[in-house]
Amino acid sequence: MDKIKIGLPRAIFNYYCGDMLSRFFEYLGCDVIVSPKTNKEIYSTGVKYANDEMCSAMKIYFGHVAYLQDKVDYIVIPRIDNFGIDNQMCTNFMALFDIIRNTFNVNILNYNIDYRKNKKEYDGLFIIAKKLNFKEKFIKTAYIKAKKDLKMLNKVKINENYHKLLSKNKKILLVGHPYVVYDNLLGRNIIELLNKNNIEIIYSDLFNKDLLDKESLYISKTNYFKYSKEILGSINIARKYVDGIVFLSSFPCSLDAISNELAILKCDLPCINIIIDDINSITGIDSRIESFCDIIERKKVC
Amino acid sequence: MLEKKITYPQMGNYSVPIYYLLRHILHIKVIKPNKITAKTIELGSKYSPDFVCMPFKYTLGTFIEGLDKGANILLQAGGGCRYGYYSELQEKIIKNLGYDFTYINLVSKGKINKLEVYKKIKKIDKKLNIFKCLYYLFITIKMTKYMDELEDYIRMNKAFEENKGEFDKVYNELLSVFGNTTCYTYLFRNYLKYKKIIKNIKVNKGHNHLKVGLIGELYTLMEPFANYDLENLLYKHNVEIKRFTNVTYLLFRKRKAVINFMKKMKNYFIYRLGADAHDNIYRAKLLCENDYDGIIHIKSSFCTPEIGAMPIINKVCKEYNVPIIYFSFDSNTSMVGIETRVEAFIDMLNMKKS
Repeated sequence: MDKIKIGLPRAIFNYYCGDMLSRFFEYLGCDVIVSPKTNKEIYSTGVKYANDEMCSAMKIYFGHVAYLQDKVDYIVIPRIDNFGIDNQMCTNFMALFDIIRNTFNVNILNYNIDYRKNKKEYDGLFIIAKKLNFKEKFIKTAYIKAKKDLKMLNKVKINENYHKLLSKNKKILLVGHPYVVYDNLLGRNIIELLNKNNIEIIYSDLFNKDLLDKESLYISKTNYFKYSKEILGSINIARKYVDGIVFLSSFPCSLDAISNELAILKCDLPCINIIIDDINSITGIDSRIESFCDIIERKKVC
Repeated sequence: MLEKKITYPQMGNYSVPIYYLLRHILHIKVIKPNKITAKTIELGSKYSPDFVCMPFKYTLGTFIEGLDKGANILLQAGGGCRYGYYSELQEKIIKNLGYDFTYINLVSKGKINKLEVYKKIKKIDKKLNIFKCLYYLFITIKMTKYMDELEDYIRMNKAFEENKGEFDKVYNELLSVFGNTTCYTYLFRNYLKYKKIIKNIKVNKGHNHLKVGLIGELYTLMEPFANYDLENLLYKHNVEIKRFTNVTYLLFRKRKAVINFMKKMKNYFIYRLGADAHDNIYRAKLLCENDYDGIIHIKSSFCTPEIGAMPIINKVCKEYNVPIIYFSFDSNTSMVGIETRVEAFIDMLNMKKS
């Protein structure tokens, strides 16, 4: 029998639970195909399928699904409602599963997470694996193995980030959702520009997750969105160590519109708010970042 | 000590029952918000972030206008999508403008907690009496129910009235009478009286008129200024309108309705999509099945739940072959552009029918 081919679109959810999903399915003995890094072609096919007012991260997601649709047997699309009380998902991503189901004609495995209805990480994975006719024993061992791998991986990444905080170079905090920051089309250019200016980048998502939740209260008391909380918390941890903050968001991001504005009003460091959409040239952003770096340097000298 | 004055955001005709409730249960002065004008939006959009949705700008504008009038307590509610998260930023923005006020948010973290609401209101008004509260709350709820019921009837028939402007005249009279309600019997008697008057207004309704369903985001639907008086524009073209969203539905009927239609709509969605998105998909299907000629979907720009619903609504309409038009309103859309689009849509419906 051929191996089952499982596709993971390299967008939005892949930056949160992609490592987990790919390892889990590999241990179960499936072929995991992750779509390639975002390029112009994927973006333009995404725009064709998506609604024109969706955020650019979602348009990219559509492109990745379109790329995978005839290459794999199943596509895993997480549907995450909440991570417990006061930890909601963005309303757009909540609907993503149903939108894709209606626009594409593909086999979808829905990785459903709803903490309020007691459906956690393992329950979600268990239901998918059961659908593919795997035995209970295998599912459990695969899950434990994958979890163990991830723990090590995360630890290394987080430690590296903490080390950067104490370095003596100029350093900035890059505040943005991981699906924007690490994306090849959206965030890559900005990271390269910052590196060109000899600036150490501290990523907002590579901190201890439990810590971020509590720290976000200092910036915004009534925030009840999980992903927004995660990036806001980092500001309070890093504000004593860094020289400036770069806010990065995809074009009409509904949460960043409010939470970033609030953070800019509340923190007294030099800030720059960069909003990216379908960009053809980065010259405009280049000059903005250069002048921002100059400001940081001036401030350090004075 | 400063005299306490309270104000609240404006939304359609519902400012009448809210004003009534606040005036009777609170022992402080209540300032009625102005009707929304172009100046309100200008004020609101000047101070709000770039891509925040329209209700934010509208409520911010009304608050600033209210503060200029002398209010020093602001009342805000919300929930469902990111609307529940507005208040913190709004408070910060207005504080930075230099006003001195207390801000009361009835909703905390997207949910209404009844006890907490009571405590919050008790803080500003120490003489608050809970029994009085409950009594007037009951009357207010009944009032909105009656208003919604009569408005539904008016929406179906207003385009075909024989003497133009009769429905408007009677309904405005009713609003002013409802505003002066003294007790429940007074309200009920007046409701029966005006119901009779409204049903007796002569209507010239043929069999071959257009029927259009209005769906979409709640604030844009219920505040006439936010949708550039779309309903009145449609009446001019002799169209019967069906609109589902009103306060009664949102507060009381929604929870039961959602459980009911979730089972029927398994083909289109399995999970809830947030706020009113799943309701609108169900309504689109309902309108298609009940032989409506067209559907108009309106929302404020960047409304996240509706953006999620739009592709699915599109699919439903394609399956039933019913035309649909989408409007996305922001603070600076001109009236004329919308007029031509509506006209073209109505012409198309007429052509399809004949």
